Amino acid sequence: MTVPAPPPAAPPPQLVRSPLSDGEWHRLHPLTPLLRGGLFLLIVIGIVVSNLRDRLLYIFLPWLAPGVGDEVVEWEEMDRDPVDFVIANNLYVLAALAVLAVLIILVAVFYTSWRFHTFRITEDDVEVRSGVLFRTQRRAPLDRVQGVNLTRPMIARLLGMAKLEVVGAGMSANVKLEYLSTANAEAVRADILRLASGRRLADAAAPAGAQRAASRTAAIGMTVSRELTGIIEGPEAPVAEPESVVHIPLGRLVASHILSMSTVGLFFAIVAIVIGVTQGVTWMLFGFVPAIIGFGAYWVRSIFKSLRYSIAPTPDGVRITYGLTTTITEILPPGRVHAVEVTQPILWRPAGWWTVRINRLTGRSASDGSNDDFTTVLPVGTVADVERVLRLVQPAMTETERALVVHQGMFGPTGDDAFTNTPRRAWWIRPLSYRRNGFLLTDDELLMRRGVVWRRIVILPLARLQSFGLYQGPLDRLTGVTNGRAHVVQGPVTPFLAAIDRDVALRLFDDVARASVRAAQSDRTHRWAQDEVEAGTPATAEVSAPSTSAPAAAPVAPGTPAESPVVAPEILPTAPPDAPTDPTENPA
Amino acid sequence: MWHQISPKYVTVQLISHGSILAIVVAATLVLTLVLDLQWVWFVGGALAVIQIWTLAILPRQARAIGYRLREDDLVFRRGILWQRFVAVPYGRMQLIDITHGPLDRGFGIAQLKFVTAAAATGVVIPGLAQSTADTLRDHLIEVAESRRTGL
Repeated sequence: MTVPAPPPAAPPPQLVRSPLSDGEWHRLHPLTPLLRGGLFLLIVIGIVVSNLRDRLLYIFLPWLAPGVGDEVVEWEEMDRDPVDFVIANNLYVLAALAVLAVLIILVAVFYTSWRFHTFRITEDDVEVRSGVLFRTQRRAPLDRVQGVNLTRPMIARLLGMAKLEVVGAGMSANVKLEYLSTANAEAVRADILRLASGRRLADAAAPAGAQRAASRTAAIGMTVSRELTGIIEGPEAPVAEPESVVHIPLGRLVASHILSMSTVGLFFAIVAIVIGVTQGVTWMLFGFVPAIIGFGAYWVRSIFKSLRYSIAPTPDGVRITYGLTTTITEILPPGRVHAVEVTQPILWRPAGWWTVRINRLTGRSASDGSNDDFTTVLPVGTVADVERVLRLVQPAMTETERALVVHQGMFGPTGDDAFTNTPRRAWWIRPLSYRRNGFLLTDDELLMRRGVVWRRIVILPLARLQSFGLYQGPLDRLTGVTNGRAHVVQGPVTPFLAAIDRDVALRLFDDVARASVRAAQSDRTHRWAQDEVEAGTPATAEVSAPSTSAPAAAPVAPGTPAESPVVAPEILPTAPPDAPTDPTENPA
Repeated sequence: MWHQISPKYVTVQLISHGSILAIVVAATLVLTLVLDLQWVWFVGGALAVIQIWTLAILPRQARAIGYRLREDDLVFRRGILWQRFVAVPYGRMQLIDITHGPLDRGFGIAQLKFVTAAAATGVVIPGLAQSTADTLRDHLIEVAESRRTGL
């Protein structure tokens, strides 16, 4: 176990609301072992019960049991049943002691592991340490936080608890705090996001300062009272839940699942079975039935998952909620979306539905099944829904750009098409969609439009673009066209563009290279609220400034002498006094 | 200005592909002449033809690999028939990998890999002289440091 030599600074008190995020080590909720060991306990109980089935039957329904207790029992005769052995030899005390010992050991193990599992939230990181024999310590820098999600599985929800997961940028790089009480988890999440946002000067400094407990005992008291209110109000008490901008009616949800390619596959499977069975090929039944059952389970699960879907703006990013039995609430800070794709499968076209998926860092490996859950931001929605969701996931887009995406990108090409499309001579590369297959480079985004049967439009924020490549095969060269591909982090969206005129593509290559460097340099989203503080909220900045250290001797612009001593942007220049030493320069 | 890779890369590749070809030819001869398995001719022949073709285009291929250090990004190109042309802003660098196998070490060359957050970037510059690889790495890290951005 290593404690870093200079202890990291505690977060400024104005910024945190929860006593758990005061820079000290804290333990998780005491019921954690029960939930984490819950599965294990259930298995043990299951084994015991199934082994004692006959015995329980005998105890509760004696007339059904086949004369178990009638005979004189010997260890060897009774199939070595330990319970019979105990009864026969009057070893009740010993048996009870043994059970007790096992229980004590189990409790002790769980208790120690709980004792050793601690976390702390400091100014710049979230840290978790765990393990008794093999200690692990994990630290996630806050400016690399890709999202914070709150998972509440059924059982945990009944107990009013939640699992908090801080999503980092990397494979299995997530920091998990499981479990916390729901209220605490919400508060800690808000704190983490507030600290990560770089909002150094709290916008509501005064009430927060009053709210914050002075000592640890008071802090505990606060937690307890919060827990109590939590119990009274019930775990579901919403903590100022923002209104969802999209509402999916149940009918649409079910219909969207029926109108999918997998349903078509299912239909063919059933037809094949029916034909097979009527022709006397019964083995087909055995082959297909499990597949159909599996499909049904998937179908029901995905409908259930989307039942409580909601998406809403919060000051610290987009809040996405879904799940019926296991609820997941994720807050996605601004600038964490690497690519957006709006798609319409052919079967949805009559209904006018679309789905929106994003590429983002989920901290999970690509093969993880739950990846899907974190990348679908709109399971099914109308054009208006898509527009609202786009406003949330791509807030930097202007109104006209969004209109362009909808009119030209989703439905285009119409009339005056702003996109640069595949040249006519290359029609045979994209025989159906060559009129639609194209791109558009705006100030901050690269848009890629393709597909007639599966219409899709990909929106790539240039500030997130990792690199851009041109690819050309021999046939492309003969036709004088090139393929473009934007490289972004892994996800469901693959930004690929086929058959663009060679010279146009070369120009695009240069433009994208220049624009993405510029966009990345002016991008401040890793500390998304910093600009806000530097530029705006002069009043609160003035109030809390003395308490920090000294932005006092700020040069006042000569032109504006006395009347506004708080001209914000230049006064709090490059480094606010309590800014992190160098948040961006940490090698990832 | 486009930089080319070291001509030693061709030598190293010729040796390694040449030895594979030799093994294939030897194995085919043993199996057909000694063990009298006639069908091996087809497999061995096909493999040998592929190897010979690879050897034949190697010098051309190596000449097609190039990189260019622009002000804010690195441009990399490779391929003759299937060409690839990639621009990576320096600030997107996550890490630089330098690898050299035993044969590479013998000839004093190394392979440099520019890793970004996107797996598809795939900028791998093979056959750099050892010293070039080291200076290029240091240079890239230095410029990336001054242009560091978020992910």
